Amino acid sequence: MDFELSEEHQMVERMVYDFARNEILPSIREHDRNGTFPHELLPKMAAQGFMGICLPAKYDGAGMDFISLGLLSEGLEWADSSVRETIAVHLGLHALPIFQWGTEEQKERFLPPLATGENIACFGLTEPGAGSDVAAMTSRARKEGDTYVVSGEKMWITLSDVADRFLVFAKTSQEEGTRGITAFLLERGWEGLTTGTIKGKMGVRASNTGWINMDGVPVPETHRLGEEGEGFKIAMSCLDNARYTVAAGAVGLMKYCLEASVSYARQRRTFGQAIGDHQLVKQLIAQMKQRVDLGELAVRKVGWLKNQGRRNTRETSMAKWYCTESAFATASDAVQVHGAYGYSDEYDVERHLRNSKSAVIYEGTSQIHQLMQADYVFGNRVDRPLRCEMPAYDPDYWQN
Amino acid sequence: MNIIALVKQTPDTAQLSASMDGLRLSAEGGPRIVNPWDEYTLETAIQAREEHGGKVTALCLGPPEAADALKTALAMGVDEAILVSDPAMADSDSLTSARILVAAIRKIGRFDLIVGGRAAIDGNTAATAVQVAALLGVPLISYVADIGSLDPEHRTISAVRLLEKARETVTSRLPALITVVKEINEPRYPSLIGIRKAARASIPVWGCNDLELDASTVGAGASGVDWKTELPTTREANVEMIDGGPEDAARTLVDRLMEEKVI
Ligand SMILES: Cc1cc2nc3c(=O)[nH]c(=O)nc-3n(C[C@H](O)[C@H](O)[C@H](O)COP(=O)(O)OP(=O)(O)OC[C@H]3O[C@@H](n4cnc5c(N)ncnc54)[C@H](O)[C@@H]3O)c2cc1C
Repeated sequence: MDFELSEEHQMVERMVYDFARNEILPSIREHDRNGTFPHELLPKMAAQGFMGICLPAKYDGAGMDFISLGLLSEGLEWADSSVRETIAVHLGLHALPIFQWGTEEQKERFLPPLATGENIACFGLTEPGAGSDVAAMTSRARKEGDTYVVSGEKMWITLSDVADRFLVFAKTSQEEGTRGITAFLLERGWEGLTTGTIKGKMGVRASNTGWINMDGVPVPETHRLGEEGEGFKIAMSCLDNARYTVAAGAVGLMKYCLEASVSYARQRRTFGQAIGDHQLVKQLIAQMKQRVDLGELAVRKVGWLKNQGRRNTRETSMAKWYCTESAFATASDAVQVHGAYGYSDEYDVERHLRNSKSAVIYEGTSQIHQLMQADYVFGNRVDRPLRCEMPAYDPDYWQN
Repeated sequence: MNIIALVKQTPDTAQLSASMDGLRLSAEGGPRIVNPWDEYTLETAIQAREEHGGKVTALCLGPPEAADALKTALAMGVDEAILVSDPAMADSDSLTSARILVAAIRKIGRFDLIVGGRAAIDGNTAATAVQVAALLGVPLISYVADIGSLDPEHRTISAVRLLEKARETVTSRLPALITVVKEINEPRYPSLIGIRKAARASIPVWGCNDLELDASTVGAGASGVDWKTELPTTREANVEMIDGGPEDAARTLVDRLMEEKVI
């Protein structure tokens, strides 16, 4: 067992944190206040290779492993959840699924512009009436010759108004439950496809979240991802990637909150001493550190499982559930340590608190993760092999 | 073009801690970084190569840990990195360091341009690179804020120096040595692909033997300058609040000041 980050990982970590400190932090408060998307960051992130960090070099990716993906997510969310969300969605929920489920032709065609950031991509599963209950979706795809005609509405979609590529799910048959769902790759500009932005979000205000309306969008068969009826499995495997970035990001958020709280607790004085010398404040700090450490362990283990090519749905769900709940608690404690100042946007911890609430909702609510965990324990849920598994990370393949 | 970038590893002065031995790098000292000025050195060198082709060699004199700084240089995009390191070289002053660097530069061989930072953030002498130029007998352009033109064909460089109250444009023949200030560019971050390459790279280490230097001519013993670091002593201060109305308080204050022989 080796808990040490490799030299390469340490360099990635340092670079990502430097990037977050110098490129994201200086402007993110203003974007959050105004609810604007930091478009100016995308070319910089792309230039660093972030948009395809763990895609093989063959598809113009940076060829790094899944631990690096975790470190990237952590460092970005240390600055702001919104920026990490872009990676979660673009890479975790769109590009990696194409890598896992796509035909070679689809990979060669779709992945390079995603890896270089020339295309920005999103993932549309949720609908106004179907969130946790995916099977309740009403989007439909009707086959006409070698084209599908897709209609329906997707809601709460990250990057909906920024993306030019859309992975959406619709029912191709009226079969019961989730079996009739199929995945499609849509492109901006296609007839019948419109998008919009949701206003008034509590947090992740520097992220773009919105809706996708599909009114009889013709989708060529070449843009179907996987087989007909395979959509639900694909969607769930997408979540295995993105939940990992969410969990890793939550660790970054916690690290920021801990650092900010420690520095504030050293300098703020009450009753003749630094507040960090009061036992009850120490307790808050100790609990934050506990969550950081345990969260990091959970995330690193999932990264390792992914590198090994081992199924990690349960462990990823556990890491996501634990880390996002811990991040919410930690951000709340950080605001507490900062007192009234923490309650204002003069300090970053209140933004982290608002942001952290989103992650206990998306990518499976905490309740859904608890149900999953219990089902695994009782043996009611067993992961069966998939037709297309995410391969183990092999540097020779990834980097050549 | 053959470009040599002089890179030093320094403590992270943003994170100096009491556990550090002044500004020196000590084994258990704080985090070490690429001398912040040398990030501009590296960017300058890499940009010159991108424009004119050729090769950038990063050269660093320091303890074995300084290889980390060279890894960063490789990840940013230099082609080769060489660490000059030998226990005998420890605590060399700037002139001795310059002699060692010159021996290494001669071993590297042909060069058209040497780039250094305006100073290293630890010693802050701004003397090493200057002495390297003098010992090599090449022109020096210091405090460069802009390279107006670099012409490998006609073997000239024209650079703008940032002086206290002026800017001076200097043209020189190549090879030359320039030291750069932070106005010159915006250093890039190491890229992921660069990091991958850097992590795999093995960095040659040149010691006294490789450079044919007699150990007695380097290090603290051979240096004329003896560095002593003194951190500011912490002062004991007391605060005494004087109660009472303005007149009483003023009277008490005057009494106390006279008592303490302040007035
Ligand atoms: C900022 C943000 C970004 C998002 N980005 C995307 C995106 O990019 N793509 C996308 O497809 N979706 C996205 N979503 C949607 C998100 O995935 C859903 O909101 C989430 O799945 C929950 O669905 P819901 O909101 O419909 O809540 P519901 O499913 O209606 O749940 C409401 C409440 O009931 C609970 N609940 C539901 N079912 C059960 C049960 N069986 N047992 C116990 N409790 C239950 C839930 O835990 C929750 O507390 C995003 C959401 C947010 C807030």
